[in-house]
Amino acid sequence: MDINWFHADYLPWLILLFPLVSFLVIVLFTSKNTVLSQVVGLVGIGVSWVLSMLLFVKTVWASDPALGERVYGSALDWMSLGTTTFRLGVLVDPLTAYMLLMVPLACLLIFIYSVGYMRGDAHNARFFAYISLFAGAMLTLVLADNLLLLFVGWEVMGFCSYSLIGFWAHKKTAMEAGVKAFMTTRVADMLMMVGIGYLFLEARTLNFRDILYNEEMLHHLASTDAVLFGGSVAGLVGVLLVIGTIGKSAQFPLHTWLPDAMEGPTPVSAMIHAATMVSAGVYMVVRMFPLLSAGADFHHYDYSTAMVFMGLIGAITALGAAVLALGQNDIKRILAYSTISQLGYMIAALGIGAWVAAAFHLINHAFFKALLFMASGSVIHAMEHGEHHAAENGHGHGEHEEPDGLVMDYVAPPNDIQRMGGLLHRIPLTAITMAIGGLSLAGFPLITAGFWSKDEIIAEAWHGMSHDPFPLFVLLALVIAAFLTAFYTARMWLLTFWGQPRTPAAEYASVGSLRKQWVVWWNKRGWNKDVKLMQEPATPRDRLSFAQMETPLVILAFLAIFAGFIGTPVYHALHDFLAPTLLEEPLKIDFNVVPMLVSIALALGGLALGWWVYAIRPLRVGEIDPTEKALGPGVWQVLQNRLYIDMLYRRYLLRPVEWFAVNVVIQAIDKETIDGVLETIAEAFTWLGEAFKRFNTVVIDGVGDGIPRAIGDFGAWFRQVQSGRIQNYLLYVTLALLALGTLFLVQVR
Amino acid sequence: MDITVESVVFLIFGVLTLGSALLMVTARNLFHGALYLMASLFGVAGLFVLLAAPFLAGVQVVVYIGAIAILIIFAIMLTPQVTAMRGIRTTQWPLAVAVAVIFFALLVSVATPLMGELGVDDFAADFTQENPPDVPADSLVRLGETLVDPQGFMLPFEVASVLLMAALIGAALLVWPEGKAPTPPAEAGDD
Amino acid sequence: MVAAGLFSIGLYGVLARRNAIAILMSIELMLNAVNINLVAFWRYQAPLALNGQVFAVFVFVVAAAEAAVGLALIITIYRRRQSVIAEDVDLLKW
Repeated sequence: MDINWFHADYLPWLILLFPLVSFLVIVLFTSKNTVLSQVVGLVGIGVSWVLSMLLFVKTVWASDPALGERVYGSALDWMSLGTTTFRLGVLVDPLTAYMLLMVPLACLLIFIYSVGYMRGDAHNARFFAYISLFAGAMLTLVLADNLLLLFVGWEVMGFCSYSLIGFWAHKKTAMEAGVKAFMTTRVADMLMMVGIGYLFLEARTLNFRDILYNEEMLHHLASTDAVLFGGSVAGLVGVLLVIGTIGKSAQFPLHTWLPDAMEGPTPVSAMIHAATMVSAGVYMVVRMFPLLSAGADFHHYDYSTAMVFMGLIGAITALGAAVLALGQNDIKRILAYSTISQLGYMIAALGIGAWVAAAFHLINHAFFKALLFMASGSVIHAMEHGEHHAAENGHGHGEHEEPDGLVMDYVAPPNDIQRMGGLLHRIPLTAITMAIGGLSLAGFPLITAGFWSKDEIIAEAWHGMSHDPFPLFVLLALVIAAFLTAFYTARMWLLTFWGQPRTPAAEYASVGSLRKQWVVWWNKRGWNKDVKLMQEPATPRDRLSFAQMETPLVILAFLAIFAGFIGTPVYHALHDFLAPTLLEEPLKIDFNVVPMLVSIALALGGLALGWWVYAIRPLRVGEIDPTEKALGPGVWQVLQNRLYIDMLYRRYLLRPVEWFAVNVVIQAIDKETIDGVLETIAEAFTWLGEAFKRFNTVVIDGVGDGIPRAIGDFGAWFRQVQSGRIQNYLLYVTLALLALGTLFLVQVR
Repeated sequence: MDITVESVVFLIFGVLTLGSALLMVTARNLFHGALYLMASLFGVAGLFVLLAAPFLAGVQVVVYIGAIAILIIFAIMLTPQVTAMRGIRTTQWPLAVAVAVIFFALLVSVATPLMGELGVDDFAADFTQENPPDVPADSLVRLGETLVDPQGFMLPFEVASVLLMAALIGAALLVWPEGKAPTPPAEAGDD
Repeated sequence: MVAAGLFSIGLYGVLARRNAIAILMSIELMLNAVNINLVAFWRYQAPLALNGQVFAVFVFVVAAAEAAVGLALIITIYRRRQSVIAEDVDLLKW
């Protein structure tokens, strides 16, 4: 085949292929050698990134501005179905290009981070294999040109998520969390599969261009009545697909798996819950938006079923998760709930038709959330270091008891922000980058990317609110959530980095930071003379791993600021770039300063409240968190227990099913019935065997032994003829003679 | 059947023979048995005379009675034992009786129909005559001639003599006392 | 008939007498019976041929030989076992 692999039509295949090949190479060949596996993994994703940058450059600058109408892509004939052939292939349209800007880069940075974070872990090779597979699956999903291939990537990512969350398989909590994640998303995936199947039934194809860019198809789907529940085909399929996203992107009510997914290593959390998997859910609905909005004219405030569904769920989730994030003490869990909340934002945005805004926020969120997670990983590493050294020097205890199984309000000590404090002076680079990420999350005005994307969502909601109650509801929810987001972000950062260390572990958490000299200089400069630092020399290895961890942080921080500038109301390059993806021009509203002011107020307000509560008088050892005090112990407890939703699920869903599985399926069906049948058959055959044996012994042996015995007895009896006495013999002779003689006589006569 | 002298004589000798025989086989005392044997043999000799074979009668008396019976008596003398301990009859004697009777019946049933051909009912053999008419007068001479005639019975004659000698040697060997190797007596001639 | 009877009696004796010598004597009886038969048949059937008499002569010879050997045997056995009861000589027994 003479294909120019560098041509944009074929390049996507290479992009998604390299990480997959890395996975295979690591699994098959290098699984014993950590360094080699890491190299292979990095090479895989690195090449992918380079290629996708190439592709991006080509699409953005070198090609047809009307990319939306003439996309790049190529396909293979995969399966012939009677008259048609199902084709699988890759597609590059503006949306894809935009995703390619983010996904490979984020993955690459996380890979680099992982080299440092996972240093010393015995199963490094397996880790890199899995994350390579994961990256490959995500790229497949992004580059797919039809829903089936997307779904394949979706499912593979689900499996990788399970494997990676439960990566430390010896921890029971990790295994439980992995299973929980997989099962919860499975429920959603089942329904999504039904949706896909039904769509194929009605549309006869799953190709994106054929469905989404095709006026007649959309019209057809929107006007055909669905087989259940009334409404149109497009509506039913749309709802089912959205359910898939609800699972994958951890929306209410299927959000319960995400906080527990923090049991996995931090790079996993960063990748899965920032850059890729949860983004995949949103990407899917972004991609399928024409279908979801088919039949409704949302420009004029007529929203389709799927859109209403999305809007409601997204809004509820955004608000609920923000509230829950308030009540967490585990740094990663705060970020987890934050992710859920921000995803709710994106979905709500789609619900009201703000398509470009949703995509914009997706990418920005990926950058700063990955940054935040990785920074938190760095913090946790530092705290673990600190605990270790504290134990050595006689302060506090080294090991801590872990619960056996997932407990809702348990916080592992290294993650507990109540135990931190004062880390600003000890791991300053982390602190600063995390601050940048946090500000972006909160939507700090004008300079952070988060501000621009969040602002746009709010603006769109604002635009619609006066015309319809639906956008109003969404707006209110998002507004309150924005305020809470700023507040909990401030709380998190301040409790972690500000003030004085609250535990010995925090005191010792400075070992091996990247630029110790720089730190020392800065501290000595007069800022904080009363800060006493525990100076311990860092080994070069420590330094390296910290470097590996901190460099990506810097890069992402940079992006967290600058990635936003393409979407401002003034310079709306993104809008122009993405718009051609859709057949119908996405919503574009006029610039209205009011929503912008509102979002500025929300962000600053929340941050200020946080500052006032936590920074002015930093929390000291033994004090109760002011938030806890404010909400009261009852509410606090509820928040700690995550609104008891998990418990509800466990009691009313899981327990009965477990009971059923164990008692009915295993016991009654498997053991009693099937085994019973087998045992009966075995018994019957054994009995038969016994009968044969008896027959054998009695009859056959009887005959077999009897005949010789009879012959022997006869012989023994008969041998007495041989008496040895001549007279007897003579008698016999004579008798014989007589007999013969008589015979002859008779005959002669 | 005429009751002639021959028939009476025949009867007498017949009874003598058979009767002595019977007595012999049932004799308790072995010596008595031997004597009965001799009587029986004597009867047989008489029968021989009746049958115009006087030579054979003479031989019978000399050989059988004179030698063999005496020999038997010698043997009886030499082996005294208490026969009466267990009785004279074997355990199978009823069967032996039956067998003998049946045998007799058999023989009789075979012979009786042929008796007419044998001319046996002609007991009118006149043995007062020296030479009955149908027996050649010189039968004795002829007998002697035949025995040494190469075309006659010379071979059997010689073989018989060898047989006698073998018997002689054998018997001697059998009773030779142990420990001594028997020296074979000098080869007898063909005489 | 006489011969037949004699033979039968002799047969009985052979079969039924315990004493070996008695048996031998019975055998002699049987031989004599045979002789009678031979001579009778000669006399009434072929008096011209001498075969009958010759045969009878040979029977005599054989009888004599046989008596001698038999008695020798008996004496030997008697020497070994002090008994001449035929029933006891059951060496050919199984």
